[in-house]
Amino acid sequence: MQLSLTVNGQSRNDDVEPRLLLVHYLRDVVGLTGTNVGCDTSSCGACTVHLDGESVKSCTVLAVQADGCDVTTIEGLSADGELHPMQEAFRQAHGLQCGFCTPGMVMAAVSLVAENPGLSEAEVREGLEGNLCRCTGYHNIVKAVLAGAAS
Amino acid sequence: MTATEAAPAGVVGTRLLRKEDPALLTGEAQYVADLKVEGALHLAFVRSTVAHARIASIDVGPARSMPGVVAAFTGADLEGEWAGPLPCAWPVTADMKSPRHLPLAVGKVCHTGDAVAVVAAASEYEARDAAEAVVVEYDPLPAVVDLEDALSDRVVIHEDLGTNVSYTWELVPDADAVESAFANAAHRVKARYVQQRLIPAAIEPRGVVVVPQPFGGEYTIFSATQIPHILKIMLALTSGIAETSLRVVAPSVGGGFGSKLNVYAEELAALVLAKKLRRPVRWVETRSEGTQATIQGRGQIQDIELAADADGRVTAVRVKLLADMGAYLQLVTPGIPLLGAFLYAGVYDVPAYSFSCNSVFTNMTPTDAYRGAGRPEATYAIERAMDALAREVGVDPAEIRRRNYVRDEQFPYSSAAGLVYDSGAYEAALDKALELADYGGLRAEQAERRASGDTVRLGVGISSYMEMCGLAPSRVLASLNYSAGGWEAATVRVLPTGKVQVVTGTSPHGQGHETSWSMIAADRLGVGPDDVEVLHSDTAVAPYGLDTYGSRSLSVGGVAVAVAADRVVAKARQIVAHQLEVAEEDLEFSGGSFAVRGSPEKSMPLGAVAFEAFTAHNLPDGLEPNLEASFHFDPPNFTFPFGTHICIVEVDTETGRVGLRGYVAVDDCGNQVNPLIVEGQVHGGIAQGIAQALFEEASYDEDGTLRTSTFVDYLVPAASEFPSFVTASTVTPSPTNLLGVKGIGEAGTIGSAPAVINAICDALSADGVHDMAMPATPERVWRALQEVKGS
Repeated sequence: MQLSLTVNGQSRNDDVEPRLLLVHYLRDVVGLTGTNVGCDTSSCGACTVHLDGESVKSCTVLAVQADGCDVTTIEGLSADGELHPMQEAFRQAHGLQCGFCTPGMVMAAVSLVAENPGLSEAEVREGLEGNLCRCTGYHNIVKAVLAGAAS
Repeated sequence: MTATEAAPAGVVGTRLLRKEDPALLTGEAQYVADLKVEGALHLAFVRSTVAHARIASIDVGPARSMPGVVAAFTGADLEGEWAGPLPCAWPVTADMKSPRHLPLAVGKVCHTGDAVAVVAAASEYEARDAAEAVVVEYDPLPAVVDLEDALSDRVVIHEDLGTNVSYTWELVPDADAVESAFANAAHRVKARYVQQRLIPAAIEPRGVVVVPQPFGGEYTIFSATQIPHILKIMLALTSGIAETSLRVVAPSVGGGFGSKLNVYAEELAALVLAKKLRRPVRWVETRSEGTQATIQGRGQIQDIELAADADGRVTAVRVKLLADMGAYLQLVTPGIPLLGAFLYAGVYDVPAYSFSCNSVFTNMTPTDAYRGAGRPEATYAIERAMDALAREVGVDPAEIRRRNYVRDEQFPYSSAAGLVYDSGAYEAALDKALELADYGGLRAEQAERRASGDTVRLGVGISSYMEMCGLAPSRVLASLNYSAGGWEAATVRVLPTGKVQVVTGTSPHGQGHETSWSMIAADRLGVGPDDVEVLHSDTAVAPYGLDTYGSRSLSVGGVAVAVAADRVVAKARQIVAHQLEVAEEDLEFSGGSFAVRGSPEKSMPLGAVAFEAFTAHNLPDGLEPNLEASFHFDPPNFTFPFGTHICIVEVDTETGRVGLRGYVAVDDCGNQVNPLIVEGQVHGGIAQGIAQALFEEASYDEDGTLRTSTFVDYLVPAASEFPSFVTASTVTPSPTNLLGVKGIGEAGTIGSAPAVINAICDALSADGVHDMAMPATPERVWRALQEVKGS
């Protein structure tokens, strides 16, 4: 099937299998491997990207469902060699260890903060419920998101 | 190297941000699944859907005709390809029984997830489609999923072994002393605790890519592993390919927690298939196959008894363990109980000790190292039992611990189990934790709420732990029949431009070694941490190493870096003395530069020395060119970090729900290289311990089917399940290494689970609930309350 969409600001046209998942399209067709796959049940959130500005788990979206959409991945978040304020907040707060959940966690956090800029610690914890991290115990992730929201 | 030397003033001890982060935060970092290899075939494994069965037939024919498929093999097809079975490197006893474990099962399967066939296809989707087309018929056999059932040999899983018992191991230094202590005890505690099986669940699934050079005869293996060096040796032994033809690289690795401390069927199969098919091959685990094909943790039944005098001073500990090996022995499966075997007296001064362990095969996924590996289990048992003793004696849980701690002046302390604890100040950690938690205030609130009949009960749980880590003195490992040593290697070189390379044998997967090793080298060489590059996790770059597990990297590998850097300075000193025509002892080295004592204008920065060493135009007679030195550090002892954790819970007696109100952790890992990283390790460790206490269990039904094979069924907790943690530290340097450091990677997990369960039992003690199994789900808590109401 023909697919036309924008990925990180660049227009693309690709012929894809109807069953191809958006995450595999991004990783294998576009070559953007920053978006990770950590499970097969849409539970872990490592594959979180923005679809028209909203965070989605790209393992739960068929590539063809993104037709006509604007997709942003972790590679499209920073600009001009500068980290996005949320990425910088994660770095400052040591909100990552192995880094595998991090792209999805950062994308989810950016979307969460955009929806509710003045969110509380409890709201951050609830809002990140769909993103699993096994390294940090979330302590520093929550600190990072609150700091990222403030900046 | 017995005295602790304070690190020179510099970056060590500061909260330096990690070097690793920019690549990880932007998606630039490359994990195994991200590697682009032209022409690579994708592997998909066909896995047993039954726990115990004879394979009646397998037909890979339908798979071979599927689109994109290049090859499909059964276990029998490949049986002649293996030079040896999958390795177990820890034969704990001379008569230990170990079943033959092939990458693909032949004849029978012994757990769900046991691979029986493999398909190689042009794409991942095609490979998986074809794997589903393979037809396997099983003749089911009764499954063994209960440890005592396994011990009874009702069903013998590996018929050639004649029994399900893999080994029996004992540590009984003085049986008479134990008998006498129990005979004379004023108080006795006897309890059975169950360590449920856990799924490690590193968020990056396992994966392996093998790139052959069919004519050159060499193979590069990229694997999501904690142990590239050990893996290379084991792949050589099990594939028959010469070690010199193998290069193993661990690229960015997304967490391990012990689950990637192994030599897996898929790694060996991928290598052998790359050789056979003369093509690159790749495999990335799906989560639902990983829950069955990657090792699991824990899986023990613990019977513990304490004897105590009238004041509650423990006079003996006696432990009988029944340990679940799973279907086969993986790399260090049988050794896990031994890592806890010495620690069942915990932080207490106990004169008599007895431990024995039976280890049995079951029809479940093999167990092996999972964060803490043996030590969380031991700590859980003694810390639960100490609370039971406090209740028996009628004193506060904090007081029973105070009465029993190894006292500061007893260090180095020789335990009845035969260890020598390096250093400790246990009561100080307790005091700090009690203060941070406002223990007195909590007890007052608890009393008030009980008096007011609040149905939500407040509970406070204490856990004091110590652990043995920093694996390990090689001779000690030899005494435990471990097949390898415990040293670690480092090379430090100053390049001609003054930049520094550190080559380490450790293999980080989230621990930040690039940052910490840079800090250590920077301070010792007087350069900035950004001037230091850390090379690791590639056997072609770092030929010697024993990798990362068991909280060993800093206290063994980091110390090796420090000593290698000091050797570089010593060599540089020889060159400077020669060129400036002074005696070596007249040179002072500070701030990265040598200066002549009394004539500071005569100086030479280290970078300039490196260039002189590189040109070799004017070196002392006989001195080798270049400024490089190596050191292989074999530690004289384990390190023994310790601390006290306090968990505060609110238990709703109407729903059984346990709410975590607060968590305080005071940990002592000796000197800290980077407190930011230390705290991160503690946070993550605590979360994994809490996860065991409240949420996680690899649950099997009576047929041996894993009921929790996805993240929908296996509850890896999210941010919403945790409070923020209050962490603090005390600093008691280890006297056994130059840096005075101890491990911190597992301490949080070791300390936390008993604090949570003790808190729940504390909350419900007035209701008559004194025991709680893990995980303490709402249903389990509610049922426990109903049982005491009914009695």
